[in-house]
Amino acid sequence: MAFSPNQPVTRDQAKVMNRFDITKRMVALLRQEEAVIGGIGYTNFDLWAAERRPQNFYMLGSMGLAVPIALGVALAQPQRKVIALEGDGSLLMQLGCLGTVAARAQKNLAIVIMDNGAYQITGGQKTVTDQCVDLVAVAKASGLAQSAWAADESAFEELISLSLKEDGPWLIGCRIDNAKPADTTERDPPKLKDQFMRGLGVRK
Amino acid sequence: MVTETPGDTETWDEITRRVLKRHKVDLVTYVPDNVLRPLIEGIHADPFFTAFAVTREEEGMGILSGAWMAGRRGILLMQTSGFATLPNVLASLPMAFHIPTLMMVSERGTLGEFNIGQTLVGRTMRPVLDSLAVEHYTMTRLDEAEFILDRSIVQAMATQSPVCFILSPLLTGGKKFEK
Repeated sequence: MAFSPNQPVTRDQAKVMNRFDITKRMVALLRQEEAVIGGIGYTNFDLWAAERRPQNFYMLGSMGLAVPIALGVALAQPQRKVIALEGDGSLLMQLGCLGTVAARAQKNLAIVIMDNGAYQITGGQKTVTDQCVDLVAVAKASGLAQSAWAADESAFEELISLSLKEDGPWLIGCRIDNAKPADTTERDPPKLKDQFMRGLGVRK
Repeated sequence: MVTETPGDTETWDEITRRVLKRHKVDLVTYVPDNVLRPLIEGIHADPFFTAFAVTREEEGMGILSGAWMAGRRGILLMQTSGFATLPNVLASLPMAFHIPTLMMVSERGTLGEFNIGQTLVGRTMRPVLDSLAVEHYTMTRLDEAEFILDRSIVQAMATQSPVCFILSPLLTGGKKFEK
């Protein structure tokens, strides 16, 4: 498998990075109007802060559905690469979706997990990833063979580039710190949806 | 080749498939149910549809919402108890964002139910739909099935609002109590 030389690493070995920094690094690598689905809370706040691309969708509620929404976009537009950005707490709510993605063998889908081991937006209570659950291992056991922890920022960029170039599905685990997000997403769902649909060429 | 003309002997599931095809609803996610079996099997046998089981009903609703925003129409099939897992997602995704997700629920809990859990949870379905102001129709008669499906799908798409079709045992025969 075409993983980078400094892979694989375990969750414990992965460098703790900053969510806003790696979100910016990811967005900078997007050249083909790739769709990005930002999971609830700080995950999409930092996506909003990184760049207000019309191909970004920002969730408001429906915790845990970044991956299913991204899978829906990927099924509707198989020529477009789609990235789901999801937090550890959110993914833990909907682990079955990993098996669904694997069963579909969805080539144009990549999942990026922002794992700080905490429900940060509600006060930093620990999630079970802080204690025992390795989400990359869960993904592999769910059938997502192309799953890896990003060892550091350069490995993260390498994995994102690979996922944009080669067939998926991909899952990239990122350990992140507890820094506050850089901004707050505008809470206007119909407007966010309309912009996203125009960004995907569904509306003119 | 499947014919597109309605026959006198058309069943509720055949009518449903025909109307879904007419409206280009070709993505089907489901958590299965015995009553839905002929519909699910007919959909899987028809290459027009992309159909697969999801692990939870809310996962299916997320997939349909993403697909619709990206230009593809779909429907979520489930039973009453599965619908009961949906209120948070219904409120915060299709209702908040104005996304016309189509739902079809096989009604359990009434007209000969044998499982007390189904009876109790079944009573929450219409109050939940009403309190969220989700359009819903209970389908009881074969001769009304096409009209309800056809008009409601048109309305859902035109008004960007979800709609829920409830399949009554009066239409489907329901699930029989067999000891």
